[in-house]
Amino acid sequence: MAWVEQFETTIPNDTAAAIEVQERIVSRLEELGYPPRDVFGCRLALEEALVNAIKHGNDNDPSKSVRVKCCIGAESFAIEIEDEGPGFEPQDVPDPTAEENLEKPSGRGIMLMRAFMTRVDYQGRGNRVLLEKARGNGDDE
Amino acid sequence: MASTSHRKIDVEEIGDVTVARFVDRKILDETNIQIVGNQLFTLVDDEGRRKIVLDFNNVEYLSSAALGKLITLDKKVKANGGKLRLCSVRPEIYEVFAITRLNKLFDMYDDQEKALEGF
Repeated sequence: MAWVEQFETTIPNDTAAAIEVQERIVSRLEELGYPPRDVFGCRLALEEALVNAIKHGNDNDPSKSVRVKCCIGAESFAIEIEDEGPGFEPQDVPDPTAEENLEKPSGRGIMLMRAFMTRVDYQGRGNRVLLEKARGNGDDE
Repeated sequence: MASTSHRKIDVEEIGDVTVARFVDRKILDETNIQIVGNQLFTLVDDEGRRKIVLDFNNVEYLSSAALGKLITLDKKVKANGGKLRLCSVRPEIYEVFAITRLNKLFDMYDDQEKALEGF
C-alpha cells in the first residue's frame, strides 16, 4: 500500500491536543476527496478513540501522553492510538443497545467506532487501538 | 475563562414550548460537551421548563459523550413530568442515534414545525 501521508506523533493527555490531530487527519481526507460519510466516520471514531485514551486509558493524568500513528492512502487509511494505561478487555464492555443499558449515559464509543470503520482492533494489553477504513463509494453504506 | 460563559444554545419560547437550538456545528470535546450539558440542564433544573424541543439543524457532528448528556436531560425532563422532542437531525447524525438504538428512546421529528405539532 502506497501511503500519501504517514506521520507519528505523541500528544499530551488533553483534548485540545487531540482536536489538533483530529483536524490534521480529517483535513487530509477531505483534500484526498474521501466521501463525506468516511470523513464523518473518521472524525467520530477519532474523537471516541482519543477521548477513551485520555480519559479511561490514561485516567486524565496530565503527566501521561498518547501516541498517534497515521497512514493515509488514496483508497484507505489506518490510525493507531496508544495510551499508557493498563488496557482493558473490549468484550467486557456491556452492549449499550441492550434494553437495560439503553438509558445509561455512557458506553457507546466503541460501538460507534466499529460502525463507522472497516476494522477496529484492540492490541497489546488493550491500550492500543487500530482504526482502519477502506474508502467508501460515496453512497450510503 | 471566556469559553465557559459562551452560549452554546439559543432558546426561544413558542407558546408553552421551549425550543433550544444548538449554536455549534460540532458537539465534540469533553469541555465543550460539559458546557452544553450544563446549559441544557439549567433549562430544567433552574428554570423548570417542561416542554422542550431540541433543534439539531446546525449540528454536523456529535460524539457519544454528547449522547450521554441528552440521555441525562431526557431523564431530568421526565422526572419533572415534562417531555423532550428532538428535531432537524441530519442523516449522518440520525445514523448515530440508530446505531445506538437511541432513536427508540427519543421522540425525533423531521423539523421544528412537526416537533411542535400537538406538543
